[in-house]
Amino acid sequence: MSQPLLEVQQVFKNFGGFAALSGVNIYVNPGERLGLIGPNGSGKTTMINCISGLLTPEKGKIIFEGNDITQMTPHHRARAGIMRTFQIPKPFNSMTVVENLCIPLEYAAEHKTSLSVAEEEARKILTLIGIEALGDLKPTGLTQVDMRKMELARSLAGRPKLLILDEVMAGLSGSEVDEILEILFKLNEQGITIIMIEHVMRAVLGFSKRISVLNTGLNIAEGTPDEILNNPEVEKVYLGE
Amino acid sequence: MKVLHDVSIEMTEGETVILLGTNGNGKSTLIKTIMGIVPPNQGEIIFESEGVQINLVGKKPQEIVNMGITMVPEGRRLFPQLTVEENLYLGAFRREARQNLERNLSYCFEVFPRLGERRTQLAGSMSGGEQQMLALARAIMSSPKILLIDEPSVGLAPILVSQLMTSIKEMKENLNLTVLMTEQNFSQATKIADRGYIIVHGKIEFRGSNVELSGNELVKQYYLGT
Ligand SMILES: Nc1ncnc2c1ncn2[C@@H]1O[C@H](COP(=O)(O)OP(=O)(O)O)[C@@H](O)[C@H]1O
Ligand SMILES: Nc1ncnc2c1ncn2[C@@H]1O[C@H](COP(=O)(O)OP(=O)(O)O)[C@@H](O)[C@H]1O
Ligand SMILES: [Mg+2]
Ligand SMILES: [Mg+2]
Repeated sequence: MSQPLLEVQQVFKNFGGFAALSGVNIYVNPGERLGLIGPNGSGKTTMINCISGLLTPEKGKIIFEGNDITQMTPHHRARAGIMRTFQIPKPFNSMTVVENLCIPLEYAAEHKTSLSVAEEEARKILTLIGIEALGDLKPTGLTQVDMRKMELARSLAGRPKLLILDEVMAGLSGSEVDEILEILFKLNEQGITIIMIEHVMRAVLGFSKRISVLNTGLNIAEGTPDEILNNPEVEKVYLGE
Repeated sequence: MKVLHDVSIEMTEGETVILLGTNGNGKSTLIKTIMGIVPPNQGEIIFESEGVQINLVGKKPQEIVNMGITMVPEGRRLFPQLTVEENLYLGAFRREARQNLERNLSYCFEVFPRLGERRTQLAGSMSGGEQQMLALARAIMSSPKILLIDEPSVGLAPILVSQLMTSIKEMKENLNLTVLMTEQNFSQATKIADRGYIIVHGKIEFRGSNVELSGNELVKQYYLGT
């Protein structure tokens, strides 16, 4: 068997006296679609922060393509191909949507690309996400939904090998969820490995090959969408009646 | 661009009314119009308090908050760099709210114990669901009579959506609130609503009781996916 693209091994993270992660293990294979679910506050975003390098775990290891990246800076991890979306996007409001995308694009190209090439690429990504009409607007004028789509576009601009989506479907209507799913399947077919954190069940169940479940900073279940749906503990702490 | 077209809705004291609609149909705009954030081109917004009718059109958001109307905006809009407690104090801006500050604060911590445990945590570092609780609690801190809640279930785990709906219902009953809630989560919202409206492209296309809403073709089309 080939090695996993990413492995999170026994990761611990505390905030003051509060244990947000207490020995979490996660792996994702190259080309896989992994769902990550768990109640609000179970540590999903904290784990993504440890993977992307915004946080350093107290204990445990993060292995990417066989290399220990636990101590690597966030921008080196981004350049290595780990991109994530933020639950609450933080765009540069003084720049247009296209300009916001040019930053990660130029960065991914190690500033060896011209601005016009980056801009063209940015517009291609916006077209893929279906928001090409918004390219010249400032982010402050965008609706919540368009802001989310822009956040997805921004993460794609970093040319990820591993794309980690932190609740990108939140607040989307049914048809918009379908649109984004279609884009994500397409990206996955192109070879991008995807971890989807999501509460929109229809999306995460339909998309994931495998689902991992966290509760209070611990792994509580793992399996196919069907297995997860029928897991009594997952039902108790996450799905409800 | 015209976003709302000849919209008429009403709420009687003590009701929970839901405004259903998929994205881009004008739910948030309607709430912002009531709050004085977006001026309507035409029409009136009448608030009746102690037998006196007041037209809210033309009033500033702060004046409207002072009358006892508060919104929980979509996407929470907290102050991320301030603590939980500081965010709550900022909710208690109006005079009547300041008088009730301690009582409201302990009530918020009773409904959402997590917030009490995390008083000094920065709001921006809280998980999505915790931020939604904080946004609701901050609104409660203003001692509102009318609460306008914009899509509270966004980003919540399935189990938390039903818990949150229960919390909203409890708060409504304990604090004698009148609630207008926008939602796309039809089945959870109708659990606590008395009745509702469906808004499509800025027009109220349907109004009715929960039962009538469930049987409506538009609802089936947009929410039940049939
Ligand atoms: N910087 C921080 N300081 C204190 N507590 C934090 C911080 N970041 C996250 N937490 C807490 O850790 C827990 C896990 O949060 P998070 O990983 O965001 O959960 P979720 O699974 O909803 O994404 C939450 O209770 C959250 O409030
Ligand atoms: N500040 C604004 N400027 C221009 N158009 C806006 C603005 N806010 C909302 N809109 C537009 O108004 C319509 C209704 O939006 P909104 O009230 O946010 O809908 P909903 O809350 O139902 O998703 C949408 O087409 C949206 O693009
Ligand atoms: Mg999160
Ligand atoms: Mg809205």
